[in-house]
Amino acid sequence: MADTQHLKDLVTQVRRDIVRQVHAVSSGHPGGSLGCTEFLVTLYNEVMDHDPSFNMDGVNEDLFFLSNGHISPVFYSVLARSGYFPVEELSTFRKLNTRLQGHPTTHEGLPGVRIASGSLGQGMSVAIGAAAVKKLNGDTKTVFTLHGDGELQEGQIWEAAMYAAANDVDNLISTIDVNGQQIDGSTDQVLALGDLRDKFEAFGWKVVTVTKGNDVDAVLAGIKEALTLTGKKQPICILLHTEMGNGIDFMMGSHAWHGIAPNDEQLAEALRQNPETLGDY
Amino acid sequence: MKIYENTGSKDTRSGFGDGLTELGQKNENVVALCADLTGSLKMNAFANNHPERFFQVGIAEANMMGMAAGMTIGGKIPFTGTFANFSTGRVYDQIRQSIAYSDKNVKICASHSGLTLGEDGATHQILEDIGLMKMLPGMTVINTCDYNQTKAATLAIADHHGPVYLRFGRPKVANFTPENGEFKIGKAVLLQEGTDVTIIATGHLVWEALEATKALNEKGISAEVINIHTIKPLDEEAIIKSAKKTGCVVTAEEHNFLGGLGESVARTLSLNHPTPQEFVATNDTFGESGTPAQLLEKYGLNAENIALKAEAVIKRK
Repeated sequence: MADTQHLKDLVTQVRRDIVRQVHAVSSGHPGGSLGCTEFLVTLYNEVMDHDPSFNMDGVNEDLFFLSNGHISPVFYSVLARSGYFPVEELSTFRKLNTRLQGHPTTHEGLPGVRIASGSLGQGMSVAIGAAAVKKLNGDTKTVFTLHGDGELQEGQIWEAAMYAAANDVDNLISTIDVNGQQIDGSTDQVLALGDLRDKFEAFGWKVVTVTKGNDVDAVLAGIKEALTLTGKKQPICILLHTEMGNGIDFMMGSHAWHGIAPNDEQLAEALRQNPETLGDY
Repeated sequence: MKIYENTGSKDTRSGFGDGLTELGQKNENVVALCADLTGSLKMNAFANNHPERFFQVGIAEANMMGMAAGMTIGGKIPFTGTFANFSTGRVYDQIRQSIAYSDKNVKICASHSGLTLGEDGATHQILEDIGLMKMLPGMTVINTCDYNQTKAATLAIADHHGPVYLRFGRPKVANFTPENGEFKIGKAVLLQEGTDVTIIATGHLVWEALEATKALNEKGISAEVINIHTIKPLDEEAIIKSAKKTGCVVTAEEHNFLGGLGESVARTLSLNHPTPQEFVATNDTFGESGTPAQLLEKYGLNAENIALKAEAVIKRK
């Protein structure tokens, strides 16, 4: 197995970035961000062929669309640490006149963001459009998306899922962050999702399950497996089982930290659990 | 008085369809999406000529708008086609976030707007779409008056970078603007010069406004007629200039007076040259079943009512 220590170091640093961003403005969404840290770090640093000098059209590049835009803290940290913009800019998160808006947007021209997201359920459709154009342009790269599991309650997701299967959109890998939590409680309590593998397979998708979504090696193996399934006339879904708030013991496994920020003491404890590896911004 | 001749009634949606067909041949970046209304939108020729650039999405308008936004990434110019109601109200949030706020170069092309799709009734009519679309920052809003102008607008919006809402309709209406005429987004067209009253009309009611000037002329009233095909950005200069000349204004549109052309004109005038204004528009109501002509008469969206309002507003000067 490849040495993934550099990814693990980055994961720890990104977790620090997440809680520091959210703490600084006493707002934002740390829980889902922490749970998706291994996935985004791995995708941007070990999987995608992408150019941080950033061109909106992204021709001959792999593309990523964040559909659950509220996990912007992890997205911004990973983009900055991939070279899209200076890491110091993370200190402007959610502040007036920032490019790092509460939810990601193209409106302020932040490199790395290709679509606004926040109102849920829209990213898969956008990705399908971009994937279709890649085929028209003879561009063989892959389009990735990330969605929350609660987000699957939006009907547009299933419009998109039906379209992608019916039209052989096989250059699309949509990952579902299966953490079982949403704002009002567990997904089972709020609106049970049923068997997601069965649902996606019934819609005509290939499904890859990653049971250890907070383990870099497992995540990398899952994405690589998904990549072997591209180009076979079916869209691909990764069911990524993660733990909300992962990496910070008092935030883990609960919906309580979906959308609230740590106080000073909680921040100190969170940072103690995630020692600085690559330098804070 | 200038006389306009109807060169043969045609539906504005066919102007869109023929414009799209032409675009397909001359601009390989143009792609089209349709939500199970290809025939109604007259998109068949484009679909047949360029199957690789035509995307049938089924009855799934939200997905269509998202896909269109995504297709701009990689340099395509997507044209979406469905009825005006399903192009706006049904998918407002998708347009707002994925297209308008995301600055995407999508052309939202909407047929069967207003009352004049007729018998299908209020679920398929929409009288709020201009308001919905003009409130979105960065959105260009166009409502064309006849076949020739709709075709010209379809060609023009492909060369304009940014989101556009293009509104047209189903019934056959008089075709009177020049064939292959130039279409300048945001530029009003002065159709008739007059001195007593200014009639500012958009869409199907432009022809009704021209008809109204004939009746007014017989009564010795000289009416100026301005065709506002672009509601946003509005040609404020043309409106102010004419209001200064005639001293009163009638606006005419196949839309609710709330949120429509009339309100945009009223704002322009109140800020720059307060002027008496009457509104030919629907009065905060849904539509209903009926023939297009019956509906226009019942809701007062015809030449007769435009002339009545013109006489009324002249008295308010």
